[in-house]
Amino acid sequence: MSKTISQIQQGLTKRDFSSVEITQDYLAAIKQHNPAINCYISITEDLALQQAKAADQRIASGEAQLLTGVPIAHKDVFCTDGVRTSCGSKMLDNFVAPYDATIIGNFNEAGSVMLGKTNMDEFAMGSSNENSYYGSVANPWDHERVPGGSSGGSAAAVAAGLAPAATGTDTGGSIRQPAALCGVTGIKPTYGRVSRYGMIAFGSSLDQGGPFARTAEDCAILLNTMAGFDPRDSTSIDQPVPDYSQGLGSDIKGLKIGLPKEYFAEGLEAGVASVIESAIDEYRRLGAEIVEISLPHTKYSIPVYYVVALAECSSNLSRFDGVRFGHRCSNPQDLEDLYKRSRGEGFGEEVKRRIMLGTYALSAGYYDAYYLKAQQVRRLIKQDFEQAFKQVDIIAAPTTPEIAFKLGDKTDDPVSMYLQDIYTISLNLAGLPGMSIPAGFSQGLPVGLQLVGNYFDEARLLNTAHQFQLSNDWHLQSPEVK
Amino acid sequence: MVAWETVIGLEIHAQLATKSKIFSAASTTFGSEPNTQACAVDLGFPGVLPVLNAEAVNMAIKFGVAIDAEITPVSVFARKNYFYPDLPKGYQISQFELPIVGPGNLSISLEDGQSKIIGVTRAHLEEDAGKSLHEEFPDQTGIDLNRAGTPLLEIVSDPDMRSAKEAVAYARKIHALVQYLEICDGNMQEGSFRCDANVSVRPMGEKALGTRAEIKNINSFRFLERAINFEVERQIDLIEDGAKVVQETRLYDADKDETRSMRSKEEANDYRYFPDPDLLPVAVTDEDIKRIRAALPELPEQKRQRYIGDLGLSDYNAELLTTSRDVADYFEQALAKAPTLGALIANWILGDLTGALNKADLDIQASPITAVMLTELIERIADNTISGKIAKQVFEAMWQGEGSADAIIEAQGLKQITDSGAIESIIDEVIAANPDQVEQFRAGKEKVLGFFVGQIMKQSKGKANPGQVNQMLRDKLKSV
Repeated sequence: MSKTISQIQQGLTKRDFSSVEITQDYLAAIKQHNPAINCYISITEDLALQQAKAADQRIASGEAQLLTGVPIAHKDVFCTDGVRTSCGSKMLDNFVAPYDATIIGNFNEAGSVMLGKTNMDEFAMGSSNENSYYGSVANPWDHERVPGGSSGGSAAAVAAGLAPAATGTDTGGSIRQPAALCGVTGIKPTYGRVSRYGMIAFGSSLDQGGPFARTAEDCAILLNTMAGFDPRDSTSIDQPVPDYSQGLGSDIKGLKIGLPKEYFAEGLEAGVASVIESAIDEYRRLGAEIVEISLPHTKYSIPVYYVVALAECSSNLSRFDGVRFGHRCSNPQDLEDLYKRSRGEGFGEEVKRRIMLGTYALSAGYYDAYYLKAQQVRRLIKQDFEQAFKQVDIIAAPTTPEIAFKLGDKTDDPVSMYLQDIYTISLNLAGLPGMSIPAGFSQGLPVGLQLVGNYFDEARLLNTAHQFQLSNDWHLQSPEVK
Repeated sequence: MVAWETVIGLEIHAQLATKSKIFSAASTTFGSEPNTQACAVDLGFPGVLPVLNAEAVNMAIKFGVAIDAEITPVSVFARKNYFYPDLPKGYQISQFELPIVGPGNLSISLEDGQSKIIGVTRAHLEEDAGKSLHEEFPDQTGIDLNRAGTPLLEIVSDPDMRSAKEAVAYARKIHALVQYLEICDGNMQEGSFRCDANVSVRPMGEKALGTRAEIKNINSFRFLERAINFEVERQIDLIEDGAKVVQETRLYDADKDETRSMRSKEEANDYRYFPDPDLLPVAVTDEDIKRIRAALPELPEQKRQRYIGDLGLSDYNAELLTTSRDVADYFEQALAKAPTLGALIANWILGDLTGALNKADLDIQASPITAVMLTELIERIADNTISGKIAKQVFEAMWQGEGSADAIIEAQGLKQITDSGAIESIIDEVIAANPDQVEQFRAGKEKVLGFFVGQIMKQSKGKANPGQVNQMLRDKLKSV
């Protein structure tokens, strides 16, 4: 079960198998392996088979689109009409969304088949998927290790062959970091490229949805369906969407790739560094010009992020109050008791920590020192990138400083956990698109190469990844699924 | 005894008359079944996002232009964070540091005929909350979110008012203005127009402001005046007794006619305002402002000037006719039918009609006598078909629903007698029947003339033309 979307499409077109058949295959694999990997929170078998049947009819009548009949898994952060949307939280364990997120609607219209909803850190807050109410997710390469987070379930599902593709969201690295740790391809588009409507918010000015797949080619197909202006999301951007698949042809001779020196400094594991260096060499061989650049404000990105994202989340999560939906404590004595116990019982430790920190950062007397200052530094970080993109077309760097770590290793040390996102977070602050692609292995575990593009330059970004994948097969390596 | 000066600033919430809510497509109609007009966005469901209603922005700009205010080129929506069951998201989307309407002003007329300029600090857009229903459910609270997300324009005045009467005059002026602009229906009972008053007192001549109390829950102009007067007395009593006024929010209780403490400054929320990352800043161009300015209707002040200048109305009548848009519209309708009778129409509207409406506790829109009907009556006075006195009788019959002026005049035979033969014969009868009074007149007692007129009018059932009667009677008496 390690088919790419392109292979499934061909199979469906040639009638090698039907959508119902391939869906059944995936559902069988999920049933067999999910208990060990735990990458799915909900498996939507009946709905999947129903959608697959409809897709087969559509294919038969010659009205198929590229994704018609192709199975896909959705991160449980996206609202799905009539299906539980838990966001990895006890708070929403009983929440059945009454509507579809815009991107879910897009996939439904394209005729894709939803296999289920994938596991995630609660409210997308975490870098290891250990903050899920539904339990941690095993890295398919080593079940003792984390898959990364917060979209750990989606990355693990694709890596384990329990879905050919999956959606995710990335607020500080939540697509790229798990993609790196699980050895799959993932892209976080430019902020505003993909609608956030129906995506349960964590940090509204940073959140962006994107796909996971085995290849950049598949990511292009998926992004074609996900991207575009949405009148229901005022922050989505009304700019034409190029055909990302069409952009995959050209070679990358003369492409200028910048290596930010700040990303190759202290803290980068030697094994990861050497894989990244080999990947850069490969780009050199492919004709790219490699130059060193500087992003001088990089060191501020973690503190800035943890003020901005947490301030926004403290407000975004206020709606979970036990009044209209979600968890409500039993027998509340009064209003305050209802709030305190519903939220106290419904939210996990990390979510509570972040709400507390964010609330503090916005409080009277601290707003200027924290939130306002962070927004000012955020502009400087953005300017770093704007300067860099005057010199180069693409920026390359490691996605993470380490390979997948052991479950439980960092759970008692939030700051060391936060440092997992040190190379990914700046992009969210700047709103830039970024990818992680498999670049090799260290100690038998996948290492991800991060590629960063300029605003709305996803086409070039995907092609840069695609050319790399044409010249090696790191992305086609699969773990032995136990 | 220290003389005290009262300082009042008002915060007015005007519900904007948009069809849909400020950030969702749900309807804003009042009075529907609870929670039938709240969509996923209004309910604050996970994942939903606000989309700004452009019409609400237009309406805010309209208001800003009408009070000659600065329109902020780029204004920003901010989140005001607090928990309450009828606030679905746990924050209200409002504007904080950069409101859409900056400083402006408007003029109010005082009782002594003077006018006074009141500054408007700012006006900003925000969403309304839902309603908590405490009475209907014993031991529980019902939540109705129909109102959640209804657009509000919060209009904040400078602390420029010095009496409850000034505050009421200002509130009425804003009330009239938003209705003229058709941006708010002004319905105070339904809560479309709400007033909060910031009240403080200070010794006369003192520059620094006293500690203020904010009074909420005022839903009529009468209550506004009473609430302020109560609060001013309370504060003066406190200070004169050696105590201090505390900064707090107080609730006005109309039944007991008093204000009472709701929450003090110490208990006040830290709202943790920050720019809403879900909404873009609102950019307003000079072209937008120009377009909106050009489309403004005639405003009360312009109307007032026109009534004085073109129609020759008194300042007082012009002010009364323009204070309410409904009254002005009624007047305009009447005027359209009889353009030369402005002064007479004004007198009838402000006199008999207003009296009858007040007595029946009716708004002018609900008047059983329409503007056209009233004009027909006035035309019959102007063309001498009936006298002013008979007209009051016809008005009464019209009010009772007996038909148009002409129909009533016809049916009751009230047409004025202008035939001099007919009048002459009545005069002759009266002179013949009252020889003593004729003697008195001849002896130089001019006053008996009134007696004769009264007798003649009585005889004619009031229908004789009074002018003709006077003239002919004088001639007759002299020639007897």
